[in-house]
Amino acid sequence: MDLRRFSLIAIPYAWLLLLFLVPFGIVLKISLSDYALAIPPYTPTLDFSEGWAGFRAYLSQLDFENYVFLSEDDLYWKAYLSSLRIALVSTAFTLLVGYPIAYAMAQAPAEWRPTLMMLVILPFWTSFLIRVYAWIGILSNEGYLNQILVFFGLPEAAIMNTNTAVYIGIVYTYLPFMILPIYATLEKMDGDLIEAAQDLGCTRMEAFWRITLPLSKPGVIAGCFLVFIPAMGEFVIPSLLGGSETLMIGKVLWEEFFNNRDWPVASAVAVILLLLLVVPIVLFQRNEQKQREAGR
Amino acid sequence: MNEAATAPAVFAPWDEPDATPLIRFKSVTKRFGDFTAINDIDLDIYPKEFFALLGPSGCGKTTLMRMLAGFETPTEGEITLEGQDIVPVPPNKRAVNMMFQSYALFPHLSVYDNIAFGLKRTDMEKDAIDARVQEMLRLVQLQKFAQRKPHQVSGGQRQRVAQARALAKAPTLLLLDEPLGALDKKLREQTQFELVDIQEKTGTTFVIVTHDQEEAMTVASRIAVMDEGKVIQVDTPGKIYESPNSVYVADFIGDVNLIEGNATPLEDGMAEINWREGTPPVRGTAPQPIAAGQRATLAIRPEKIAISREKPTDRNNVVPGRVHDIGYLGNISTYHVRLSDGHIVKAQVANQRRISRRDFTWEDVVWLSWSDTAGIVLTQ
Repeated sequence: MDLRRFSLIAIPYAWLLLLFLVPFGIVLKISLSDYALAIPPYTPTLDFSEGWAGFRAYLSQLDFENYVFLSEDDLYWKAYLSSLRIALVSTAFTLLVGYPIAYAMAQAPAEWRPTLMMLVILPFWTSFLIRVYAWIGILSNEGYLNQILVFFGLPEAAIMNTNTAVYIGIVYTYLPFMILPIYATLEKMDGDLIEAAQDLGCTRMEAFWRITLPLSKPGVIAGCFLVFIPAMGEFVIPSLLGGSETLMIGKVLWEEFFNNRDWPVASAVAVILLLLLVVPIVLFQRNEQKQREAGR
Repeated sequence: MNEAATAPAVFAPWDEPDATPLIRFKSVTKRFGDFTAINDIDLDIYPKEFFALLGPSGCGKTTLMRMLAGFETPTEGEITLEGQDIVPVPPNKRAVNMMFQSYALFPHLSVYDNIAFGLKRTDMEKDAIDARVQEMLRLVQLQKFAQRKPHQVSGGQRQRVAQARALAKAPTLLLLDEPLGALDKKLREQTQFELVDIQEKTGTTFVIVTHDQEEAMTVASRIAVMDEGKVIQVDTPGKIYESPNSVYVADFIGDVNLIEGNATPLEDGMAEINWREGTPPVRGTAPQPIAAGQRATLAIRPEKIAISREKPTDRNNVVPGRVHDIGYLGNISTYHVRLSDGHIVKAQVANQRRISRRDFTWEDVVWLSWSDTAGIVLTQ
């Protein structure tokens, strides 16, 4: 490999090292430390003034105590499982909502598509936080939704501060991440394939199930991972829209860090979360690679 | 050309008055908004025909085919298949299959499953499906590639998969939309004959859409030459070439010299064209009656024109000129001869001698001549 190619490849790797591996190393180190009433609120801290011996002493103070604590307190396990469930359910809902939108966009006349695409991306122009806040205005007990329900003489819905509100928030927030990859696969699909399927005896519905759906699988998988992975660690949406019943690991993490100021336990929670997410991320990467190898 | 006009008519249902057509277009018109793609077409296609729709792009040939497949419905008129009106029948209910220009093979299915796709949509037994797929694989010689995905086989093989898939359900009518367009020239020529073989073996009626006139001439029993949504002429390849009914057809099929002038009718269905003052008129057969003084065009194929150094004495059609250009194609040479008025006439001669012993060269003064029946006088 010549120097030019090496330096090109080195850029993303340097990026990865600087912005992922180094911070991760710091978090990992904190997770192995002990809680302390100090600034920063953990011990030991690295002190270079005592040289090699000091470093040895520093290393000997690190232990897995926080991880043991996590496994003993069932709050954390429940939070992980609950996050997993909420992430899975909301990914499924996002798929159910996103697929028809992506399909409709791909079927729309070619000159409309850029506009439709723009509309999907448009919400990104405002802050994520503000958009989630806006949902409070819609879903709260005196919110727009209930005002409309009352107007039509229907019973009020108590959605705010429930898991339902969290699902709505996640589906709403991550919908573009589902739509775009599915749209990309549907849009490049050859329309002749559907005609060929119909010509060979399929109804429109059958042609969709047998041709369109299998061919859009890579987009569906990509979209699901893009929604599932961030939803798993989500904390803004459950904090703002969820209630006491909503237990998500992202929220627990936040509370450990900022309410309890227990950085070591919070870091351990983060490390476990990352390890749990590595599995779907690796699966996602393999899916991408398989697609590339299929080479179309 | 598989059927010259003079060959004994072994298969010519269109000449039999009591033969019933398989497909009938009755004053069919198709409009897309303001654009008229098909303009009041009547057309009969007979069973076991290999029928070609030929024309430049945008002439409506693909629309005509898509109406047979069921992807378009005519704005006006009626289309019948075996006597039944098929206009309201959706594509999946028609005994018609189509081979797409893009092949439209399903990329996620193997070659085998692509061919089996149509059969699985019927209530056919599993074993029978397998037997039929194997038969199709044998027909197109792809047994070894049954388990490959479409992107793992070559372009020529993909073409054959598409063909096998379209034939698997044994349709009454097979539509081929530019089936060989993506193949290189050698493979295309070879595949043309394979197509004809398969058509004869299966006895299926084929309708092919093509813009390649050589392809149409090679495979078709009859050709419909189309232009701007109209069918200009429907005939056997031989008749289309030898007796075009219009200047458009003569010009579209093969190479032709067109000499325009005022016509004088002669006896025995002949006519003379006075094309230039001071030069003797040229003559040819006139299939349509011609009035004296009517504007008409003599169409004469380059290969029917002889070229010589001496003035031929035994022919009526003789014109002098000077060799302007020579197109050497190996087996034949085309001489572009400039007449005294600047008009270029092409004459094609088989190269029976080696190139170094060529008789004529640039700027030679030569005589062009052709027989009375070689050219055809057209009024349209």
